[in-house]
Amino acid sequence: MAPTHRIVRLTVNGDTRTAGVPVHYTLLETLRYAMGLTGSKQGCDKGDCGACTVLLNGEPRLSCITPVWEAEGLDVVTVEGLAGPDGALHPLQDEFDLHGAAQCGFCTPGILCSAAGLLARNPRPTREEIREALSGNLCRCTGYTKIYEAVEAAAARLGSGDAERERGERKEGVS
Amino acid sequence: MGVVRDMMKPFELFQPTELDGALDLLSRHGSDAWILSGGMDTFDWLKDRAKQPSVVVDLGGVSELKGIEGTEDGIRIGAMASLTEVATHPEITSRYPLLAESAEKVATPQIRQQGTLGGNLCQDTRCWYYRSGWPCYRAGGNICYANTPTALNREHCVFEANRCVAVSPSDTAPALIALDARMTIRSRRSERTVEAEDFFLGPATDITRMTVLRPGELLTEIHVPQRWAGQSYYFEKVADRKAWDFALANVAATFQRQNGRIQDARICVGAVAAKPLRLRNVEAALRGQSVDNSLLEQVGELAVRNARPLRQNEYKVSLTRNLVKRAIRDART
Ligand SMILES: Cc1cc2nc3c(=O)[nH]c(=O)nc-3n(C[C@H](O)[C@H](O)[C@H](O)COP(=O)(O)OP(=O)(O)OC[C@H]3O[C@@H](n4cnc5c(N)ncnc54)[C@H](O)[C@@H]3O)c2cc1C
Repeated sequence: MAPTHRIVRLTVNGDTRTAGVPVHYTLLETLRYAMGLTGSKQGCDKGDCGACTVLLNGEPRLSCITPVWEAEGLDVVTVEGLAGPDGALHPLQDEFDLHGAAQCGFCTPGILCSAAGLLARNPRPTREEIREALSGNLCRCTGYTKIYEAVEAAAARLGSGDAERERGERKEGVS
Repeated sequence: MGVVRDMMKPFELFQPTELDGALDLLSRHGSDAWILSGGMDTFDWLKDRAKQPSVVVDLGGVSELKGIEGTEDGIRIGAMASLTEVATHPEITSRYPLLAESAEKVATPQIRQQGTLGGNLCQDTRCWYYRSGWPCYRAGGNICYANTPTALNREHCVFEANRCVAVSPSDTAPALIALDARMTIRSRRSERTVEAEDFFLGPATDITRMTVLRPGELLTEIHVPQRWAGQSYYFEKVADRKAWDFALANVAATFQRQNGRIQDARICVGAVAAKPLRLRNVEAALRGQSVDNSLLEQVGELAVRNARPLRQNEYKVSLTRNLVKRAIRDART
């Protein structure tokens, strides 16, 4: 009899995690239902919407149509892994907040992952490059303008190297 | 019983690490085996349970199927090369920009990153009746749901329908036909090479298959010859959305010119028939000609001479005509 389950070992957001899952599980099913990481969304579940986008070795990929075994040995980053270890938000998350670049928020985790992948390989993207990088992520609420602006603002902050300082200042301002 | 959707049925998974091992498995399991490359077409089928293979052979570990390299006479592309690699590889962008552009136009960044060239060529049609698992001709039944008085067939074929009116969805296939590529096909016992044009099948030849591949066979590599490297070319895809969407029609063309005249040309249109359609009559009419408006009008008509639109896709006739004219007029060098 062929095995119905297997043990997978994944590196997710820097942690090594193992789980026993059905052989045919996708990466998304494993993240959500075996590892409790529900940030990556199950939207269309067919590769049409991009809400399940995670980073595999830095590249945006659709976890809903990626079999879990594909991710073994790769570095998986989900939206939960974008914030710093101290819980400080990634500049992208911060700017999405400040720009109101989300309404219902369902597409946001995937968009943040696509944008984080973009900024890691291209710290100074043009508007056109941002559009292209996010072309695989559907947002049905807001339109994309604020999303693009938020990515540009995050790129500027990351580029100027004072992301840390600014974040600190903002926090002080709030408290 | 309710229809189970959005969850795959369990299957037995094999992950060979060598080509011979993969071919052995495919020969042993025959038509029970499903070949898995990037999965961008596969998982849609398996989650809808419209296809329920008992065995999946994952090619992800077979390094012989990967890689892109220049050869004495052109370039060799492993079937498992990703669409992103094809779109960005320096040998392809410099010598075969037609192919690079066609790969760049596929779907989305995420899908190009994971989808392979082999999978893009072997993918099944997107006819939604067929993909929903309806028992149509292509699925072994005896009706075409897309060609009834109330059918939604705006995206279906205008050429060479034969009971089935589905179209070939691939953006890279017309480019490879225009570049006169050759496909290497292997099974456990044999190896054969077919011209890209002959790799694809229409319903008159076999209504249940999109390609010449038989159970047990694998597309292993694609070879693009030197002949059309660096010649003037044109690629255009028309779709409802810029990203994501399958072509309503696409055109790939390459031209060899001398002294202002077209010496030779290869032109292929996609998404308007069940296979990518090479327009030999147009190519013949172009040979030895210099391009002017009357020539464009003439070959535009030739291109669509055999068109037979369905209720909702008459527009594909003028679309095809104009794409062909534009390819000839606006070809880039
Ligand atoms: C939302 C969405 C949008 C898309 N838009 C486009 C588009 O605009 N243009 C376009 O061209 N495509 C489009 N596609 C299709 C996508 O590009 C292809 O599905 C993808 O390239 C297939 O490659 P894969 O490696 O993921 O294939 P897989 O899913 O792994 O395989 C596809 C099929 O080919 C068979 N197969 C795979 N490799 C081989 C091989 N080496 N030998 C023999 N058989 C093989 C498999 O058994 C399967 O039947 C879209 C897909 C999605 C999900």
